[in-house]
Amino acid sequence: MNIPSLYIKEGKAINKAKGALIIAESIPGIKFNEIVDVQLSSGQIKSGQAIDISDEATVVQVFGGVSEVDLLGSKIRCKGETLKLAVSADILGRIFNGMGEPMDGAPPIIPESYLDINGEPINPASRMPPAEFIETGISSIDGLNVLVRGQKLPIFSGSGLPHNRIAAQIIRQAAVKGKVEKFAIVFGAIGISYDDASFFIRNLERTGALERTVAFINTASDPTIERISTPRLALTTAEYLAWRRNLHVLVVLTDMTNYCEALRELSAMREEIPSRRGYPGYMYTDLATMYERAGRISGKEGSITIMPILTMPDDDITHPIPDLTGYITEGQIVLSRNLERKGVYPPIDVFLSLSRMMKEGIGPGKTREDHNNVFMQSYAAYSEGCYLREISTIIGAEALSERDKTYLANADEFEKKFISQGEFEKRKVEDTLDIGWELFSALPEEDLKLISEKFIKRYLPKYSKKSQA
Amino acid sequence: MGKIWRVSGPLVIADDMKGSQVYEIVEIGKEGIVGEIIGLERNKAIVQAHEDTLGLKIGEEVRGTGKILSAELGPGLVASIYDGLQKSLLTLIENTGSFIRRGAKACALPRDKKWQFTPTAKVGDAVSEGDIIGSVPETSLIEHKIMLPSGIKGRIKEIRKGEYTVEEPIAWVEFNGEVKELKLMQEWPVRKPRAYKQRLDPSGLLTTGMRILDYMFPLALGGKAAIPGGFGTGKTVALQQLVRWAQTHLNIYVGCGERGNEMADVLYSFRQLKDPRTGKMLEEKEIFLANTSNMPVVAREASIFVGVTIGEYFRDMGYDILLVADSTSRWAEAMREMGGRLEEMPGEEGFPSYMGSRLASFYERAGMVECLGSPKRKGALTICGAVSPPGADFSEPVTQSTIRIVDALYALDVSLANKRHFPAISWLTSYSLYVDAVKDWWNQFDPGWENTRATALKILQQEAELEEIVRLVGPEALPDGDKLLLLVARMIREDFLQQSAYHEVDTYCMPVKAGLMLKTIIRFYELSQEMLNSGAGIDAIRSSPVIRKISRMKEIPHDTFEQRTKELWLEMEQNLVGHKGGIT
Ligand SMILES: Nc1ncnc2c1ncn2[C@@H]1O[C@H](COP(=O)(O)OP(=O)(O)O)[C@@H](O)[C@H]1O
Ligand SMILES: [Mg+2]
Repeated sequence: MNIPSLYIKEGKAINKAKGALIIAESIPGIKFNEIVDVQLSSGQIKSGQAIDISDEATVVQVFGGVSEVDLLGSKIRCKGETLKLAVSADILGRIFNGMGEPMDGAPPIIPESYLDINGEPINPASRMPPAEFIETGISSIDGLNVLVRGQKLPIFSGSGLPHNRIAAQIIRQAAVKGKVEKFAIVFGAIGISYDDASFFIRNLERTGALERTVAFINTASDPTIERISTPRLALTTAEYLAWRRNLHVLVVLTDMTNYCEALRELSAMREEIPSRRGYPGYMYTDLATMYERAGRISGKEGSITIMPILTMPDDDITHPIPDLTGYITEGQIVLSRNLERKGVYPPIDVFLSLSRMMKEGIGPGKTREDHNNVFMQSYAAYSEGCYLREISTIIGAEALSERDKTYLANADEFEKKFISQGEFEKRKVEDTLDIGWELFSALPEEDLKLISEKFIKRYLPKYSKKSQA
Repeated sequence: MGKIWRVSGPLVIADDMKGSQVYEIVEIGKEGIVGEIIGLERNKAIVQAHEDTLGLKIGEEVRGTGKILSAELGPGLVASIYDGLQKSLLTLIENTGSFIRRGAKACALPRDKKWQFTPTAKVGDAVSEGDIIGSVPETSLIEHKIMLPSGIKGRIKEIRKGEYTVEEPIAWVEFNGEVKELKLMQEWPVRKPRAYKQRLDPSGLLTTGMRILDYMFPLALGGKAAIPGGFGTGKTVALQQLVRWAQTHLNIYVGCGERGNEMADVLYSFRQLKDPRTGKMLEEKEIFLANTSNMPVVAREASIFVGVTIGEYFRDMGYDILLVADSTSRWAEAMREMGGRLEEMPGEEGFPSYMGSRLASFYERAGMVECLGSPKRKGALTICGAVSPPGADFSEPVTQSTIRIVDALYALDVSLANKRHFPAISWLTSYSLYVDAVKDWWNQFDPGWENTRATALKILQQEAELEEIVRLVGPEALPDGDKLLLLVARMIREDFLQQSAYHEVDTYCMPVKAGLMLKTIIRFYELSQEMLNSGAGIDAIRSSPVIRKISRMKEIPHDTFEQRTKELWLEMEQNLVGHKGGIT
């Protein structure tokens, strides 16, 4: 086996610059992946990272637009540190930029400790399976794609779709049923517009949650490279608040597509062999090491729930960004341009959406005994209706049987009554389930085969109304 | 002792490593990060680090251990949960808390626990590799057979009954005047398949309790299967169902580059669930390996090989073992990551050219064998791996390489999963080459199985063909015979193939029940066809109350199932024949 030699290939000699890489002499004492200062020949200082170190050479990637000419003759200064974040209880209520520097005019916090922003993996054997139902007040989530504490559940959106409003509604309304607990929100803005960032901040302010929030904001005009650390700073803060301060933390990260683009850029600069569509082969692992920081740990009171938001390039769910995310997260809430056009808010595509933690979060004592049955029957009825809708566009609705017409109409009703709701409407989960039952009333009773007989007798309006009367 | 010469991600090159061997395990830096030598060039060793290399410095020490990557085999394996390198995750919690610290050590087998050893061999017996010399009751479900490790043969000089730890001697074997000690524990290099006397063809059904597998696409003991599917299509749930209910002696669950919460969920649920056959806690026949997606990438490969080595070890005791791996794609990605660092010539989508053969070397370790040693015995290791194709596109390299290797394919379909038809295993594209291998097994319980199965598959195939016409002319324009076929196909899909993993009864379906369910639907079809032939209309059939009863068959508990089915058949004959206007 040959020893691979990144820096000698293509006849590159030491003390050369290539793209954003400096190949320098070996630097004694430098640590793998450490963050260094690079002093350019102009005197300007940039930061960089030691991405390949050896006895013969050190390869440093320099962050933030530099040209090869700038790099020639530059000097590298080690700090002996990998990236760390200063934390203390005073971090709540603060706003930082994407590198963790205060942005709110207040002085830097007095650190209680410095934490490595990469964190450490949770031992899988010490995790507690997430099982506490979070009521968001949104029917298509609470009824069909339940969010539980400690879950990582992203929103897959498209440009121009109302993901910010939905995320804001969730932040406003989300609560664990029947409990008032200490919570915190960590908000990480990654490459989004200033307006979008301030939309979130205003929303938090209005609900009075701002003093329980920590925000890290990297806007579209900030350096791309900082986007690599922004979500990690947010998650490190969340870990501090959850595991050391016993808080229930909700982390909102938006827009993770910008993060992935930054990762691709970084990888291209390193001349790595790309995987699908130019994204690096390790993007799955890279995203996973962040999202896996969500969870519950036995013996600890706090929790971390992560809700990343990403826009699907070309609304394509098979694009590597949503695809790899879906492989990592515990489900996804997918927004539909079709429903949006029909005027449905929130335009949640319930077929593409999924919550993998649902079964732990629902049922007697958590939501209601009939929840799972209502969930399954709703999917069956709605998918039948949508299938018939598709057929009827060709053959016309008149050509359908009476039974099929009922299903067709039911699908429309489902979108109007169940999925649609007000942006400021907070539905109790019981009300959500009751809407489901109301819609079932229109269907032939013998078709409700995914619901157990006893629940039909208990909840189908024609029986339940009678028993109440 | 060597020193670090270069670090690039999981690739570490160490200098002054003269005398090292390829595949030797080394410890890197003061934390003792575990690495494995994958190549040597003069004094330099190319090492893949199984733990994170962040912050390592040039010149830090690299210590050879003289050992190659091996699994510890012996009492204490069952019900354990390990990371990819077989460190006990529970011990790690005791030592370093809830987070995994690199370099932390934890033995696979507990060193202080005493096991009750009962010899079956006697002093003076001639013994050689694979012979069973005694056993330890490890859990109420697993009798751990103690076998002679490789490289030892001779006559038993002494053998002791009593309580021993895995490191204490229990027997002494003499050969040519040399005496060797035997312990309850042995080691085996994970990349090397364990030896057997003879390979046999997979045979007999690996009962899974999943109707679409057992009845339609059966998996044979000793077989190899894969379950590819896009995200959210049900790979993990299917594999978890397999290790929950498969009627084997022991199951191994390898979580390779997947979610931590899923591991927590399996672990938690296995502590509550009972084995349907024995009524014992499921945990007593399971071994877990968890190398989640946020744990070091390179160790994913190790986790797969550690798992399969443990599987072979129990197979060699004469047991039927099932190993599931979720997901082999993550392992292939780890290979790609290392390959890239080594600047190997990338193949398709950047995967190294040896990816296919490496995958094969894993699946090839499945099989039914006649084990080495006496007493004469057979054991089977069955493997089922999940594959996670990017964009759910099965033409990608890992799926394609896997399909070339396995003999049963459970292809998951995104559109079925979106409709919440679970298990979302496509009946049109999945297949099993084990139909012949399980024929005898089935015929004992369900004579005519092959016919029923073929009939059902044909109906589903016809439905798929009719579907194209339906889209053009609508379902009502079809002749009654086709309408009936669509109705019956739908019954097969919804009332037979669909099976919720979360339904308290239906989560596990005995093969006999599965057979009766399908036969009931086919009988319904026959009777309805007769009705149509004698002039009845499709509406009379559609409105029959037995349809609803058939749809609820899955909820009927196993103990009353036969009786209830008999009643249903009677009703069906009366009800459907009744419509013919009394002609019988
Ligand atoms: N057999 C099943 N019964 C009921 N629900 C299922 C079944 N299989 C899958 N599901 C549903 O689909 C979701 C995703 O399944 P999972 O196995 O996690 O997918 P994958 O591993 O392919 O990404 C589960 O959380 C569950 O809600
Ligand atoms: Mg999975």
